[in-house]
Amino acid sequence: MITIRDLIKILDAKVLCGEEKLDEEVRSACGSDLMSDVLAFVKDKSLLITGLTNVHVMRTAEMLDIHCIIFARGKIPPEDVLEEAKELGICVLATEHTTYVACGLLYGAGIPGTSKRTGA
Amino acid sequence: MADYIIRDSYPVQTAAYESAGDASARIKRKLKQLGIDSAILRRIAVASYEAELNLIIHSHGGELIMEMTPKSIVLISKDVGPGIADISQALKEGYSTASEEARDLGFGAGMGLPNMKRNADSFDITSEVGVGTTIQMGFQIA
Ligand SMILES: Nc1ncnc2c1ncn2[C@@H]1O[C@H](COP(=O)(O)OP(=O)(O)OP(=O)(O)O)[C@@H](O)[C@H]1O
Ligand SMILES: [Mg+2]
Repeated sequence: MITIRDLIKILDAKVLCGEEKLDEEVRSACGSDLMSDVLAFVKDKSLLITGLTNVHVMRTAEMLDIHCIIFARGKIPPEDVLEEAKELGICVLATEHTTYVACGLLYGAGIPGTSKRTGA
Repeated sequence: MADYIIRDSYPVQTAAYESAGDASARIKRKLKQLGIDSAILRRIAVASYEAELNLIIHSHGGELIMEMTPKSIVLISKDVGPGIADISQALKEGYSTASEEARDLGFGAGMGLPNMKRNADSFDITSEVGVGTTIQMGFQIA
């Protein structure tokens, strides 16, 4: 089982909020800056790797029950976005790696993608 | 006679990017409290969010309505224009007329309507240019 805590080491990431979620399991992941695509492809208990740092990322995560968001290429979201994440109980990590490299590292570590479309 | 047990309506303003998702979040939280299964709830939330975003990005304003009966949840998106001239084109994946502003926020992939259709158990769209668009989506819960 891979947990959010394991991702910190794999990605050399730091935790911006949601410490209490670190032992939750990560089953699949999705990397995208396009929330429209995230909405079409994500499954349960997913994590999202993105370079987009606006509040819509959190709203999209809320709809999909995404419990962990990783901001790539050293991006740190504005304070109000982090506040929203805290309110929603979403764990937020930040890594210096690009989205491409972060996804590669996680895939290599055994986290599968969310390739099947959601829905009926 | 109305056969629903709950009927909530949420107004959605055009270009209200800041509050995008508020209506869908309220619907999701309410249905969660009512004990709707989480997998069904996620489908409802995604469809609702896509409809809400379309109202904000493409319409002149409208409302999102959630009706609950003992067996189903019905989501209705209703707006006051501009309407869709070619519905079958709008339903194609990748077709989008979203503004630069919407794209910058991470939307405008032309995935919303197909995604609503995929997530809902029933999907019905009617539209008239100059009048408005109505979308009705049904979800079985029992
Ligand atoms: N309520 C509406 N009123 C008028 N036009 C609409 C409405 N909803 C959708 N459309 C039209 O249909 C197109 C496709 O909608 P769809 O939701 O599939 O994609 P999108 O909103 O452009 O992008 P995405 O949903 O992926 O962010 C829109 O670009 C727009 O031209
Ligand atoms: Mg859309």
